[in-house]
Amino acid sequence: MAETVTSKNMALAKAINESLRHALDADPKVLVMGEDVGKLGGVFRVTDGLQKDFGDSRVIDTPLAESGIVGTAIGLALRGYRPVVEIQFDGFVFPAYDQIVTQLAKMHARSLGKVKLPVVVRIPYGGGIGAVEHHSESPESLFAHVAGLKIVSPSNASDAYWMMQQAIQSDDPVIFFEPKRRYWDKAEVDTEAIPGPLHTARVVREGTDLTLVAYGPMVKLCQEVADAAAEEGRSLEVLDLRSVSPLDFDSIQASVEKTRRLVVVHEAPVFFGSGAEIAARITERCFYHLEAPVLRVGGYHAPYPPARLEESYLPDLDRVLDAVDRSLAY
Amino acid sequence: MTVESTAARTPRRSAGSKAGTTGTKRTTRTTKKAAGAGKSAEPALVQLLTPEGKRVKNAEFDQYVAGVTADDLRGLYRDMVLTRRFDAEATSLQRQGELGLWASLLGQEAAQIGSGRALRDDDYVFPTYREHGVAWCRGVDPTNLLGMFRGVNNGGWDPNGNNFHLYTIVIGSQALHATGYAMGVTKDGADSAVIAYFGDGASSQGDVAEAFTFSAVYNAPVVFFCQNNQWAISEPTEKQSRVPLYQRAQGFGFPGVRVDGNDVLANLAVTKWALERARAGEGPTLVEAFTYRMGAHTTSDDPTRYRGDEERLAWEAKDPILRLRRYLESSNHADEGFFAELETESEALGKRVREAVRAMPDPDHFAIFENVYADGHALVDEERAQFAAYQASFADADGGK
Repeated sequence: MAETVTSKNMALAKAINESLRHALDADPKVLVMGEDVGKLGGVFRVTDGLQKDFGDSRVIDTPLAESGIVGTAIGLALRGYRPVVEIQFDGFVFPAYDQIVTQLAKMHARSLGKVKLPVVVRIPYGGGIGAVEHHSESPESLFAHVAGLKIVSPSNASDAYWMMQQAIQSDDPVIFFEPKRRYWDKAEVDTEAIPGPLHTARVVREGTDLTLVAYGPMVKLCQEVADAAAEEGRSLEVLDLRSVSPLDFDSIQASVEKTRRLVVVHEAPVFFGSGAEIAARITERCFYHLEAPVLRVGGYHAPYPPARLEESYLPDLDRVLDAVDRSLAY
Repeated sequence: MTVESTAARTPRRSAGSKAGTTGTKRTTRTTKKAAGAGKSAEPALVQLLTPEGKRVKNAEFDQYVAGVTADDLRGLYRDMVLTRRFDAEATSLQRQGELGLWASLLGQEAAQIGSGRALRDDDYVFPTYREHGVAWCRGVDPTNLLGMFRGVNNGGWDPNGNNFHLYTIVIGSQALHATGYAMGVTKDGADSAVIAYFGDGASSQGDVAEAFTFSAVYNAPVVFFCQNNQWAISEPTEKQSRVPLYQRAQGFGFPGVRVDGNDVLANLAVTKWALERARAGEGPTLVEAFTYRMGAHTTSDDPTRYRGDEERLAWEAKDPILRLRRYLESSNHADEGFFAELETESEALGKRVREAVRAMPDPDHFAIFENVYADGHALVDEERAQFAAYQASFADADGGK
């Protein structure tokens, strides 16, 4: 009975909105800030209605200056607030990169633990929406390389709701990558559920022949790949990482020890991407279980292409299936 | 506090005008004075004590030091002397190999002690890496400042212990932290103020410009205290700006004022004024303390490559400590006994600092992995364990060494 009362079908963007609403309601120290997050409700409407209900001192339209947004959020966190800042698009985060890498990530360590910066940086990321330049990038590896930051990316509405709750409660800075092409995908969200730990992967489909690892927007693709492969009699396991830093290597290892084959899929360029780190560590952890080298499917070492070319750049069903075939051919 | 918007509240001290107008007037007037003084002259600055130690009247700012007693003056003098002594000791310790680097504040004592003593305990300070005098005023033990220069930590003191944030090395970043903190003060409904220190070099940083924008838009109670010490390592201020730095404030809609950075009384007065504006809801102020970096940028720098002795000699004549001593002597506010006692105290401080630094142990190797995260991180745990195993392997190899 409880499920029917507390579970709602909602889009991923709406789930984040509900999550922010809950956090603003539960803790007066939580702030939402960013460009156009107020009256407009953000360019993706993720913050729709929040300023109306919580006022412009808690849902703050900021000047158009990303370093300023993150830098002042750090100051607010030093004063005891828990800011959730929105960077409007993935390609706009770089003016704030210095504040994130040099200040936000290191403050806890350099204060020997005396200063905590519970700041969440929300970044709508990834392609597939036919956008103009700088609106389709996947820069997660550029942040995962930095100690002091935690990096997560939900793949569905339910995770989006709960992972945002957990990110806001975290005393560490969290970069929250939102898969913008999945903003309108709906799923059941149980707002009374007890979520698992934030930085753990989840098996979203069990299989025996090969493991597909993905996070954010690529999880849905990998599930489609598994469906297609099943028609050819191949049983693929799909693992939704959910967290890029820390990475749940134990779960990947457990899956690979079962299937003996691994393909990592992300939109970000393959070169120095999270797939490279996963391949290296999984090779180290279970070398003798592997029947094939770990393969990666992702973006190319080229600037994100104009929208009319993005279908050729982004991993799709056939490219992932091709990698599956290559892995199984060993 | 529920409202925080761009709408300026009515300022207490200049009813009927918009916040910032007071300062705009001041800026205009100061500029006019400068223009009248000849085209090559620097703009006039607020000065209460001349380099000769003569107290000059100032209709606008005298009120902010009206309550300063002879005891307070001796206190300011003591602060400056002890800060300089500490600074000299740190430079020596670097030369002796005890510190890896030191950034001397020599010459900037008045700017730092004057502004530092203007603060209330509940105010919050965001320093650069050279604010040793401000740290002194906040009660941060000088030996705490030396850990990062010795290389045993990257800061390490508790910022909330003295409302004195960690030193910030990447220049200008802290101006945004100060602004955000000040926004929080407003949200809390408190009447504390925040002060952000930076230098002439940092005035070129985008973060400083963004801090000016945010603080103006949100009317944040923050004082931007720019010590223009004329040199950003080897680059003179002309390489940073074609207008006097205090005039930058005007374009952002808040007042800027230039103060004689070597006059401790003037720095005290101007900073008090700026802090009062902040507390009264009048928003940010830019103070440009016009001073001089008497020493090298750091102990790794060689100023003889880019500047001559004449300039330094000219500024030596305007020394902040010397001028207050002259004033104390001419006004009979201090006797020989005071100066002699201070000399003893000064040497004792040098000795204490020297001994503390020499006794400062290297941190445990495992400190690398400490406090990387507040809530922990699986990879850090894994690498710590690997490091421990690696270290332990040496113990096996040579019998527990």
